[in-house]
Amino acid sequence: MRIYLNDDMHEVAPGTLAAALETLGFGGRKIATAVNGRFVAASARPRTELADGDRIEVVAPMQGG
Amino acid sequence: MSSFYGVELKSRLLLGTSRYPSPAVLERAVKASGAEVVTVSLRRESGTGRAGQAFWSLIQSMGVRVLPNTAGCHSVKEAVTTAHMARELFDTPWIKLEVIGEADTLQPDVFGLVEAARILSEEGFEVFPYTTEDLVVAERLVEAGCRVLMPWGAPIGSARGLNNVYGLRSMRAHFPEIPLVVDAGLGVPSHAAAAMELGYDAVLLNTAVAEAGDPVEMARAFALGVEAGRAAYLARPMEPRDMAVPSTPVIGKAALGD
Repeated sequence: MRIYLNDDMHEVAPGTLAAALETLGFGGRKIATAVNGRFVAASARPRTELADGDRIEVVAPMQGG
Repeated sequence: MSSFYGVELKSRLLLGTSRYPSPAVLERAVKASGAEVVTVSLRRESGTGRAGQAFWSLIQSMGVRVLPNTAGCHSVKEAVTTAHMARELFDTPWIKLEVIGEADTLQPDVFGLVEAARILSEEGFEVFPYTTEDLVVAERLVEAGCRVLMPWGAPIGSARGLNNVYGLRSMRAHFPEIPLVVDAGLGVPSHAAAAMELGYDAVLLNTAVAEAGDPVEMARAFALGVEAGRAAYLARPMEPRDMAVPSTPVIGKAALGD
């Protein structure tokens, strides 16, 4: 199925957010996530099933003022 | 000592971590400033990027407390979701809440700010709202649960100093018990000193240090400015007056005229 991660389209096997993140290289990384504009806690990623067309945001710590 | 949501800080300078020439300069500037709190943010990262992880390792090595921001958020929903992500990522209830309302001045959308502050306070966040010096808005923020207020000195990154000294002084008088931080718009240490002379508890700045010719030396200069301003406030400055008053006694002056 197709998902959009930070606006980029990816083809992934149907499954959970945790599985998609692992596939796309985010395993073990310090990140926070949202799906379709809603925050998804790290603890909820393994039970968050993705649907075709879902929009995922992945953010990491960054410099800020 | 100043207390923010029960956390006692010796340094009254909070420093941003953005726009430094290099991570090494950032690290040295933070050390030179004496800041115990630095602001951080969240940005997208790709599966192959490592910038965020490297930045986080650097911050952790400095042993400072972090204040995550919601910079760039223009809606309540964006700001609240960003705050949720920040709380998990940085493991802190602190959030510097920005809801931007105007692109040219980066002026806070105070209506959205109050709404977001209420939502986040009810969820257990300890909100540091980036606001204006408007007293009615400030009252609403306190009612919403904010126990710190951060009025702007001037638009973010403008280096204009304190645009509305009267407004900031009024705010200090109106909220004697609420920790107040001038956030944004400072350009030189005398601006920071002026804020502290008004009785503000702290200042928060970033660009003035990061974009100085020598950020490390400017960080040190701001630390001195903050310290001088605070000491002056505690020493109770004299009142200004319209006419001259000789500082040297007139009595006993030699009569040398014709």
